Parts: sequence; structure tokens; C-alpha cells
Amino acid sequence: MPETKRKKSWSLVTRSSPLPGFRVSIGFTLAYLTAIVLIPLAAILLHGSRLGWSVFLHTVTAPRVLASYRVTLGSAAVAALLSAAFGLLLAWVLARYSFPGKRIVDALVDLPFALPTAVAGISLTALYAESGWIGRYLEPHGIHVAFTPLGIVMAMSFVGFPFVVRSVQPVLEDLDPAMEEAAASLGANVWQRFTRVIAPVAFPALLTGTALAFARAAGEYGSVIFIAGNMPMRTEITALLIVTKLEEFDYTGAAAIASAMLALSFIIMLAVNLIQWRVQRREGKRV
Amino acid sequence: MSNRGANSSSALLQPSMQQRVGRVVLIAAALVFLAVFLLLPVAAVFTQAFSQGWAMYRDSIRQQDVLSALRLTGLVAVIAVPLNVLFGISASWAITRFEFHGKSLLITLIDVPLAVSPVVAGLMYVEVFGLHGWLGPWLSEHNLHIIFAVPGIVLATIFVTFPFVARELIPFMQAQGSDEEIAAVVLGANGWSVFWRVTLPNIKWALLYGTILAASRSIGEFGAVSVVSGHIRGLTTTLPLEVEMLYNEYNFTAAFAAASLLTLAAIVTLVLKKSIESATGVHQHGQEKESES
Repeated sequence: MPETKRKKSWSLVTRSSPLPGFRVSIGFTLAYLTAIVLIPLAAILLHGSRLGWSVFLHTVTAPRVLASYRVTLGSAAVAALLSAAFGLLLAWVLARYSFPGKRIVDALVDLPFALPTAVAGISLTALYAESGWIGRYLEPHGIHVAFTPLGIVMAMSFVGFPFVVRSVQPVLEDLDPAMEEAAASLGANVWQRFTRVIAPVAFPALLTGTALAFARAAGEYGSVIFIAGNMPMRTEITALLIVTKLEEFDYTGAAAIASAMLALSFIIMLAVNLIQWRVQRREGKRV
Repeated sequence: MSNRGANSSSALLQPSMQQRVGRVVLIAAALVFLAVFLLLPVAAVFTQAFSQGWAMYRDSIRQQDVLSALRLTGLVAVIAVPLNVLFGISASWAITRFEFHGKSLLITLIDVPLAVSPVVAGLMYVEVFGLHGWLGPWLSEHNLHIIFAVPGIVLATIFVTFPFVARELIPFMQAQGSDEEIAAVVLGANGWSVFWRVTLPNIKWALLYGTILAASRSIGEFGAVSVVSGHIRGLTTTLPLEVEMLYNEYNFTAAFAAASLLTLAAIVTLVLKKSIESATGVHQHGQEKESES
């Protein structure tokens, strides 16, 4: 974003515009942002910090809480990797090939965004339960999905993989065929073209999509709680633990754990912004 | 499609037999994945909903509690979505038409609700408006109820749908530039007529697109709403919460019947989204798409 640096008297606007409405629009935007996002966010972080460091640390590292991090982050990591693999496959197929029904497939990818999480949760549970359409073929082989960590991974992958597709697909579609032609004319085979030409461009997008899928999975609630079984120490996710604390009127405990989760969210957000910033800078250099 | 055109335009990239087989395998793998992972869950919802026959389905969705949940879901969307549309227009006007300090910070802050777990989002409002929260004592003195009441549900829904319209409009208006608007101002139009006659006609499809995304999320939101709702049947249960309550009561057929209504809403969302994308070019990347079909 071009911003003029030298300014004699400070004003919010850095370049004057003939268009009207700056004060009204920025005023409403900031007021609304403050009321809806910033004040509630501050409320939870302040409550978390009012505890004092040692109490806070004690609350967020209690054994049951630690177990919930392990379940949540472990499942989210596996789900993010699965999302990356299948998301990349779908992005590739949608960007590179044409086949009958492609438009429907393209629209369907967004289904997990559109389908309410509670609906996804009960429906996945029905599918993977012992008598379910998929569960009945897995259970005889000793593969238990519903009410195990594997079920949590399935639900998290369901909500996560569209992020990967929607991050990678536009990059693959915008890739200039001339680059691949140049590589081919220089004798590069398919594999070399993929690893040397396509992968370097698509990798940052894949990383962004995977990070978004991980963030979504780590915070996911609705689709997970039905299939998880919610056994403390084994299949209890952190988001559910917050709800449990609230139901026990332990507002302080809930706020402390929520602060820890918020910290994680912000770290991921920062990482994604850093990736995008680096890509933009690199593209800026190329041009 | 354009990409096939691009591939076959060069003899160098003419696919070999091996590549053609690879293509078929990849497409087949993607289709199988989608069928198992996406279509089966949708099919399961409807199968379960109709497992006791049509009459039972009809009775399930006609229950008083389901109907009042449906009404509440509609009411919440009707309040939350227009407010976020207003915010989206105002934020994108400020961000894309002016240069000011802290602009990138503002853009980042607009994305915050996407990064926050829905449960944490709900908890934030409990911290402000709940009985033990900042405004709790004052609110209860004046007999105002926000948490465990409809206003809390509306607030939580506003939070989770907060970025959708703005995120759609900002890149769109950035790409469009402000030449037409400046021309209108130079020719003597005032702010409102610039907005109604120039800006709005230009952004209407992107605006509608963002509105559909916000409405869809608002109808389906579960985690954030669940924390602030209190689950009072007939009063503070939205349709997704009603699904949960029926399910937890082992009333599976009724739960899936209610879920089928939400699934239909999701399908309508996808169809509308895709129609806007292909009819108007909103939310499509690259110029190749322009020449498509």
C-alpha cells in the first residue's frame, strides 16, 4: 500500500481525495469494529490477565486442560495434513482438467462452508457409527471412527479442506502456461515441471491454506462434539472444555483457557499474514 | 475450458498417453473423495430424516419448537445481516477510496472474527454482558437481558458474520478503482447520488455475494450462539440448537428432519453462489475465465 511518509501536520488521511464520505465511513467502521470485536476481545483478555500469572498458568496447564490441547492440536494437525493432500488434489483437478460436472464439483467444494456445523456433526456421526453406512464396513476391521480421536480428525478435515482448495486453486489457474512451455522446451519432464515450476509458486498458497485449515480445525466446535464422544482426557477438545467450565459457572477458568486459544489464533493469523506478505514482496520484485 | 485450450496450444505440452492415464486417475480420485466425504453426509441427513416416512417427517418439522426455532433463526439473520452489510459498505468505502494511517491494521482487524473459535466468540459476549461481566450488574439492575436471551444471539451472530461482506467488497472495489466516482463528483453529484447511481450499481453483485455468505453463516451458526443462548426451548433456540437438543434427546428422526431444512438452505446457498459467479464474474480470478464457455 503506498503511503506517503513525509507529513508536516499529522492527519489520519495521508493523501487527499476528491471523494466525500471519509469521516462518516471511517467513523462508523471504527465504532462498529470497536463495539463488536475490540471491546469483547479486550474483556476476555483482561479477565484472563486479572488472574495473575501463577493462577493463570495453573489454570491453563491443569492435566485435563493439557490433555484437551493434545487432543485438539494433534487432531487439527493430522486434519490439516489430510486437508492439504486432498485439497491439493481437488485444486489441481479443478484448475487443470475439464470434465463433465466440473461446475458442480467446484460448487460442492464449498459445502462444508455452507453446511451448518451441527448438521455436519450429526451426519458424520451417523455415517461412522457402528451401524452407519461407512462405519459398518470399518468396525469389523477394528477401525473405530465415531467417538474416537479418528472421528475428531474426520470432522476437522471436513471443515478444513475447502480452505486449501480455495487458496491453491486460483494460483494454479493463474500460472502462466508459457513458463511450463519454456521448461518443457528446455527438456524438463512432467515431474521436473511440477517440482521446479509449479511447486515453488503453489507452495506458499498451499501453506496458507493448510494454516487456515489448521486454525479452523483447532477452534472447531459444532461438527466435532457429536462425533468425539467427549471423554475427558481422551476425546475432549479445548472448545468443549470452555463450554463445560461455563456450565460449571467457572467463568475465570473459561476466560483463561479462551485466552490461551486466542493466543494460538493470533499466532496462526500472523503466520498467514507473513506468508502473504513475503509472496507479495517476491511478486513485486519479479515485476 | 480455457485451461485445456492453454495446454493444447503448445505441442510441447501435448499430453502423452501416460499423462492422459494420470489425468483420469486424478479426476477419478477427486470424484470418489467428494462423493464419500461430501455427498454421503448430505444423503445421510435426508435418509435419516425420512427413515420413518413422509408423515413423520412432516410432523417433525411442524412441531411448535421447531417452528419457533425457525422463526428465531430468521429473525436473527434479518437483524444481523443488514448491519454487517452496512458495515461492509462503509469499511470498503473508507479502505478502497482513501489513503490513511493504519489501513493495513484495520484490514487485519476485520479478519479477526474468522480466526477466533466460535466458542470463544460467544464467551466474549458473556464476559461483557453476562451476570459476572462488565455490564452485567448494571443490566440486571435495569432488568435488561442480553445473555441467555435473543440480543446475545444476535450479537454472537453479528460477530461470526462480521467480515463476510467487507472481505468480498474490499478487493472488488479496489480492483474497480474510483475513476467513475471521481468523474461524478467533478460533474457535481453529491455523495449520496454518487453512491446510489455509480457505486451501488457497480458493486451490486459482489455485495449480494457477500450478503449470501453472511446470511448462510448466520442461519447455520452453532458454537457462538450455543454459548450465549441458554438453550431455552421455544425462546432462545435457533434451528441449529434445536437440532442439537433433539439429537441429545435421542429423537434422531426429528433432529435429522430439522437438519434437512438447514441442509436445503446450504444447497440453495451453493446454487446462488455459483450462479452469481458464472453470471457476473464476481469472485473469479484471472482473465482467462472471461473467455470461458
